Formats: sequence, structure tokens, C-alpha cells
Amino acid sequence: MTAAVIAFERLAPAEAPQSAIEVSHLTKAFYDSEGDRVTVAVSDVSFSVKRGEFVCIVGPSGCGKTTVLRILADLERTLSGSVTLHSRTPPAMVFQEASVLPWLTVWENIAFPLSLKGVSRAEQDTRVRELLALTGLADFAKARPHQLSGGMKQRVSVARALVDDREILLMDEPFGALDEQTRLVLQQELLRIWERTGKTVVFITHSVDEALTLADRVLVMSPRPGTLVADLDVPFERPRDVVEMRRDKRFWDLTYEVWRLLAAPGRA
Amino acid sequence: MSIVPVTLTEDELRRLKAPARRERLVRLASYFSPLLLLLLWELSSQLNLIDRRFFPAPSAIAQTAWRMVLSFELFDHIGATLRRVGVGYAMGAVPGIIMGLILGLSRPTRRVLGPIFSALYPVPKIAILPLILLIFGVGDASKFVVIAIGVFFLMLYNTMSGVMQTPQIYMDVAKNAGASRFQTFRRIAFPAALPSVFTGLKLAAGSSYIIIAAAEFLGARSGVGFFIWASWQTFAVSRMFVGIVVISAMGYLTILALEALQRRFVPWAKH
Repeated sequence: MTAAVIAFERLAPAEAPQSAIEVSHLTKAFYDSEGDRVTVAVSDVSFSVKRGEFVCIVGPSGCGKTTVLRILADLERTLSGSVTLHSRTPPAMVFQEASVLPWLTVWENIAFPLSLKGVSRAEQDTRVRELLALTGLADFAKARPHQLSGGMKQRVSVARALVDDREILLMDEPFGALDEQTRLVLQQELLRIWERTGKTVVFITHSVDEALTLADRVLVMSPRPGTLVADLDVPFERPRDVVEMRRDKRFWDLTYEVWRLLAAPGRA
Repeated sequence: MSIVPVTLTEDELRRLKAPARRERLVRLASYFSPLLLLLLWELSSQLNLIDRRFFPAPSAIAQTAWRMVLSFELFDHIGATLRRVGVGYAMGAVPGIIMGLILGLSRPTRRVLGPIFSALYPVPKIAILPLILLIFGVGDASKFVVIAIGVFFLMLYNTMSGVMQTPQIYMDVAKNAGASRFQTFRRIAFPAALPSVFTGLKLAAGSSYIIIAAAEFLGARSGVGFFIWASWQTFAVSRMFVGIVVISAMGYLTILALEALQRRFVPWAKH
């Protein structure tokens, strides 16, 4: 079976099921025909994400977490297993590196998905203005990406992913390249936006700290081959203050717990 | 917390600004160094240190140029050369860019047609000039064609490599945003290739003037190339130098114009 098994279900709100994403026995491998080498990136991974839930997948580089996300975004095909998205819209993706298009202004970058669909200029303008305000970019509408800092560029990526109001948001280490202070600010803002929009979020990170700060649930992955090793609930109340929550002893207990799982013998 | 105001002594300020001052001096000298060469040439020629038959004094060349400007003789030649380069350039650049975009985006097309272009590209354009003169005659058509051929290949290869170097992430962004194949072509591949397209346009402009000079030596009754050749035949060395300076200036100004266009249309790329 090499077919992509991604199904979008069109459901009325009343009969919407609790889960937004169901991944069942997902396996993905890559074949390098020159060296005749097979690499198993993801092996038998199953999980589900509830509607409106914020889930982080944490693990070291090479554990297959990005592959899982790319399969959810339909940028890669599965080898076997199935992925079902209970959503009226395809998921929106926020990418790892600077994915802002350098030849467009901030305004045009955010409007990009709308412009592809032929949405009227007036409607684009209203929507982009909302997002510029929401992501704190109002003063940068006419700027070009090369004039922006890394943090500003990632704000643009987030705004672009939100602009056509899709139900599921996939985020691939969006703050990975930023300094810690900027990252903390953006984490707080992402939480604020998520609380307002109620989207289902799957967020990939290699930072245990970031996963615990943001998520309702943390999925821990281990490499070679990529498998799920734990599924932990993060019990902190909402709304969260990303600085204050570090006074909570449970934050550090959970940090310890995740590190113990990641460092377990025979896994690294 | 308060910011402590810091004052520097006169001496510290002087040392702080010294490198910038030196830089300004060097830049000033760089403007005058070509003039210095001209001055040296003028003196050597006046003092008969170099053979005046081959290297007439710059002042003598300037006089010749001035007479030619007054008699309007030169402008017809400049016009003829510009028309040939302009038409031939456009005839080569447009299909070159389109073909480059197609080959860059479509791997199968590249695999099938690529070897044809690789085989034809190394043929020196001057080497096929007699053949082109045979087919298209000694009129302007043959000049258009030989320039178009040279420009086509440069545009094809530069555009193609620009498309192929498009970061995969831009393609992923387009797919995730719901772009069709044509939208990906127009909104992603073309702008991503634009910096390379301009590199190609500048290279092509340079080689267009090389080709037109050679083409006008051999098969033309007008144009700056013809003028240089005719001056040689009558041993009018000053006039020959005027022709060389004029065609060099034409190439230089063309490239300046393309760079201005590049700043206008590719404001995101570093220059």
C-alpha cells in the first residue's frame, strides 16, 4: 500500500466527532536508490488529537517528528497506516525555517493564500488588517522580509497560516531558530491567539521546555526508527503565563519526567 | 536603571574616525586613477615616447570625436548597432526565459531536451556567422539572428538554474496554500528565478556587443563595428579609437540600465 490515506470528512457541526486528527499505525520509510538504502523514518505511530486541543510532539532531530507533520499536511505520502483529518478545510502549516516569500511584502505574504483563491481585494484587506493587528505587525505591512528580524518573519508565517481560517494548524519548530527571549514572547502570543481562535494545533519542537509551556498533551518520540514512547498530560490551567508557570513545581517534575524518557538507555 | 552619558576625548574621536577618513581618500584616488593613465598616455604621446601612429594622443582622439559629433557621422552608426542589438536581444531573451522556466520546472523535459541544448551551446557564435550570412543575407536579419542565438542560450541556462535553485520550502508553502500548477509557476518559480534571469540579461548584453562588433566587421555597411573596421582599412587610427570607446560605452550603459531595472524589479536580492 503506497497510497496517501488522507481523508477529509465533511461534517455538520452537530455530528462532529471529538477527535480532529486520528493517526493509526503510521509507517514511513525513505529509499535512496543510489546507495540502495532504506531508512525507516516513522514506525507504527498511532495517536489522536481532540478538537481544539494543543498537542506538542517532542523529540531529538531525526526522530521522525517533522515527517509525521509533513504527512498530516499532505506534503509526504504514507507507506502504510492511515491518517484521518475530521476537518472541513485542509490543515495550515507554519514551517521551520524562514518560509516567508522574499519577493512579496509582509501584506502580500499574509494575503498569499487568499489571493490564490481569488478572494476580492477588499475582503483580503479586511482580513489581512485583522491579522496584522493580531500578530503585532501593523507597522510592518509594507516591509519586505529582508528588512525583518527572525522573530518578525515567523510572525508573518503564523499570520499567513491563520489568514484563511483553517481548523487545524500544524507548526514545525516555528520558533526553533529564534533567541530565547524572542521565543518566549512569541510563545505567549501564540497561546493568546490559540485561546481566541480555538484551533486544533499540532506543534513540533525539540525543546522539552517549549512543549510543556504550550501543550495540553505532549507526545514524546524517540529515533531510529521514529516511535512514540510516551503520551503525557500537561495539567496547567489556562490561560497560561509563560513566565509565571515556571514557579510551579509540577513544571519541573514534568520536565524531569520527559528528560528521563528521552534519555532512557537503549533509546538514544 | 539610567544610561550613563559617555563623552570621548578629542584624541579618542580622531582615532575612532581615522579608518573612515582613510577610506574616503582611497575612494577619491580611485576616481582619478583612470585620469592619471590618460594623462600619462597624453604626455608619452606628446613627447614621442610611444609610437603616435598606433597610440595618438587622447587629445587628438577627442578632437576627432568632436568633429564626428558635429558632422553627425557617428550617430547613424550608433543607431544601426543599437537597433541590431536591441532586436536580436529581444528575439533571443524571450524564448530563452520561457524555455528556461519550462526546463527548470519539468524534469522529464529537461532530461529529453537538455542534451540538444548542451550540444549546441558550445558552438562559437562567430563561427556560424558565415552560415547565417549565407542563409539570411548581409542585411540586418543575419545580425538579429546571430545575436538572438547567443542571447538565447545564456538566458536558457541562467533561468533554468534559477528555477532549479528555488528552495523546496517555497514550493511547500505554495502547495499548503492551495496553489495550482500554473499559480506555482507564475507566483513562485518565476519570481524565484528573477535574480538569475537578471544575471543572464547582463551577461547576454555583454556578449551581444562582442557578437555585433564581429558581425559588423565582416558583413555590414553601417554600425560601430563597421566603422572600426573601415577606419583600420584607411589607417585612421584616431577614428578607430573613437569607435572602440563608443562601443565600450554602449555596453557599459546597457549594463547600468539593466542594473537599474534589477534594483526596481528584484528589490529583495542583494546586489
